[in-house]
Formats: sequence, C-alpha cells, structure tokens
Amino acid sequence: MIEIKELHKYFGALHVLKGIDLNVQKGEVLSIIGASGSGKSTLLYCTNGLEAIQKGEVIVDGVSVHSKGTDLNKLRTKMGMVFQQWNSFPHLTALENVALAPKIVKGKSKSEAREIARQQLEHVGLGDKIDNYPSALSGGQQQRLAIARALAMEPEYMLFDEATSALDPELVGEVLDTMRLLAEEGMTMICVTHEMGFARDVSDRVAFFHQGVMEEIGPPQQIFGEPTSEHTAKFLANVR
Amino acid sequence: MNFDYTFHWRPVMRKLPDLLEASLTTLQISVLSMIIGITFGLILAILRMNGPKPLAWIATGWVELARNTPALFQLFFFSFGLGAFGLHLTPYFIVLAGLTFNNAGYLAENFRGGFQAVPETQMRAARSLGMTAWQSYTRIVIPQVFRIVYHPMTNQLVWAVLMSSLAMIVGFRELAGETQALAFKTFRIFEYFAVTALIYYVMVKVILGLSRLIAWRMFRY
Repeated sequence: MIEIKELHKYFGALHVLKGIDLNVQKGEVLSIIGASGSGKSTLLYCTNGLEAIQKGEVIVDGVSVHSKGTDLNKLRTKMGMVFQQWNSFPHLTALENVALAPKIVKGKSKSEAREIARQQLEHVGLGDKIDNYPSALSGGQQQRLAIARALAMEPEYMLFDEATSALDPELVGEVLDTMRLLAEEGMTMICVTHEMGFARDVSDRVAFFHQGVMEEIGPPQQIFGEPTSEHTAKFLANVR
Repeated sequence: MNFDYTFHWRPVMRKLPDLLEASLTTLQISVLSMIIGITFGLILAILRMNGPKPLAWIATGWVELARNTPALFQLFFFSFGLGAFGLHLTPYFIVLAGLTFNNAGYLAENFRGGFQAVPETQMRAARSLGMTAWQSYTRIVIPQVFRIVYHPMTNQLVWAVLMSSLAMIVGFRELAGETQALAFKTFRIFEYFAVTALIYYVMVKVILGLSRLIAWRMFRY
C-alpha cells in the first residue's frame, strides 16, 4: 500500500504540491488527471524518491520513502516507473535494456536476467525485437520497451508519467493496450494521464489535480459523470 | 635563377630504419599522453561541472591555458619554466608533460560537452530502476558520453602525434628530433624532412583508419 500524507513540495518559491493526502491499495488502478503544471507528475517523482519533499510523508509498504535511513535503491525496485520521454538506453539492445537492472541491481545471473528480459519483452509484444537497438524502434515500441524494463524488476507498483503524451497519435493505442493488460493482470498502478478514455475504462478511481491540490477523487463514473468540483467540470468540458 | 640542387635520397634511405624506430617513439609518447590526458580530462570536466569552487577554478584555469596559448609555450613551461625554479625534467618527461597538459585541456571540454549531451532523464530512468548513482554513471551515462567524444578523441590523438614534433626543440629524439639530428649531419635537409613528412602522413592515416574500424565494431547503435 502507498500512503501519501499531507505532502508539500516546493520548487524554490513555487508551491507545487499543497498538502496531498492519498492512499493507493494493492491491486488498485488510480488515474490522475488535471492540467499541465497541476503537480501530477511531481507527485509520482516524490513517491519513488526521485524528488525530495519539504513536508509530509510518503509510506510504501510501511517504509517511509523520505526518511534518512531508507534504502531508496531497494525501495525503487518495488516501484517501476515509465516516463513521458520513454528514456530507453540508446547504447543497449532491447534485451540488454531490460536485462541490465535485474543483473546489476538484483544480482541475477546473466542467463537468468536474459531469460527474464525475454519473457517481459514477449509480455509487451516485442518478442521479435530483442536484438534491436532503440533507434530501430518506433516511439510506441520504445515505450513498451520501457514498460518491459520496469516490469523486469518484478515491481509491486507501476508509476506511469504521461506514458503516451509524447507519442504520435497512431502509436498511443499499442501502449494503452499494454497498460490495460497490466491492469487486468492485477498490477497496482498510478497513471498520470491525459487519456480520458483510458482513465474512465481502466481505473478503479480517478483523482483530479488543480494547482497543486487534489480537488476530488472517486470512481470514474462519478468524476466523469457528476463531478463535485467546478474545476473538474470545467477541465473535463475543455478536454472533451 | 638557377635551380641547381640535386636530390640525394640514398642517405635518407640508409637511415630509414632509424626514422621508423623514432616514429615508434612518437607513437608511444603520443598514445601515453592521450591515456593520461583522458584520465585528467575526465577529472577536469567533472571538477568544472560539479567540483568545489577552488578546484573548479583550477580546472578552468588549466583548460583555458591549454586551449588558448601556443602548444610550444606549454612545452617551454615544462622545460625552461620549471628549469628556472631548479626543477629539471628529462626531455622525455618534458614532452610527456607538455602533451598531456595540452590533451587534458582539450579533452576536458569535449567530455563536458559529452556529459551535457546526454539527457538528464537517462540518469532518472536508471535511478528509477534502483541503480546506484555510480552504476547509473558507469553503465548508462559514461558509455553514451564515450560515443559522443570518440571522434573528437581521435582528432586529439592525431593532434598529439603532430604536436609531438615540437619535441625536437627541447632536444627529444622522437621522429622530428631524430630527423633534425640526421638532416644536419648530412645536410640533406629537404630530403629528410620530406620523407619524415610522409611518415607522419602515413601514421595519421593509419590512426584514422583504425579508429574508424574500431568505431564500426564498437558502436552498433
């Protein structure tokens, strides 16, 4: 379980997150929607400790992420992250991209790591691309590669930071399909997204962020059907 | 004006083995100065980017001097300059130090550019997988930097080979120094320097060819 308590984050004088309270249960799919600059992505970075926080707490399976003694590297293996700019490692083949972290972080043997990588690439539909370098893959394939790379660490949570925002429109579908597949398999997911269709169909809950505040959270039918906040209603009217 | 100079190539050809041996010295000292230069260049680049202020200033000073003063003067510094303070290096170490100082200065700037060319998000992606900072640098960032600076590094090696000819001025017998010594013994000055120029040309061409071959083998992406 991920527990976020009274979380405040500043970039200099800019107050980006203004006291976020949020729990994510095992097996849940949470989508976070909202305008750019509302703090959605920052929340993900704070969740896996890539960004420091100024106040509050993030607790993952009972471990406080931002406490001094926390082994962040170990904790991060529990939380796979997929970025907007997919960030595949250009100097490694697809297989090497996925096999590297299991080998050097988890200490798997070379053949074990390669086997895991092969399985995960198969899983996201890239079984025929294992020896390709990222430069030979499309944006959608690179993003699926990034998903496979995160999955190879056998995470319990997956954090998606606008995973489809940088993709050409015709490539969005294949990545969303992969994310749907993970949701069906019971993966716990936090998805910052601009894909309203995905948020509505796949999520258990949807949270709406507005200027660093979580304005409301609820089941998709409620958020999309009868939003209680006028900001939510306005936002949804604009994206439709 | 009459052109009554007769070319005599035979004395040069007789000494060709000496010239070739000296060219090995040239190669050896150039490559060594590159290896040490790469090490220092990396350190200088990292100090300039992330080092504590005083060290960053020293690194910047080094880079500025190496890139913006004549290479010959840099060599003089390690011979006459240090000599004035009573520190007398052997000709070999004067040349090695001069070349290394110059290489490190130029390479530091190449490395700095290389580090800046790798997106910061690569580091984030690596860290998000649980890699330590050290693992992220050595496995993800530096291999990419290495590819970016590979060809500039080859250029620097070529420059080091050619620049090492300044060594004859401080009395070191690498290829140029050897040529000068032999030329003035026989007074076939033009012939000697013509042949030596050709040897330099071939050396550089071989270096460039090998470098391209290695790049082709190494960088598959």
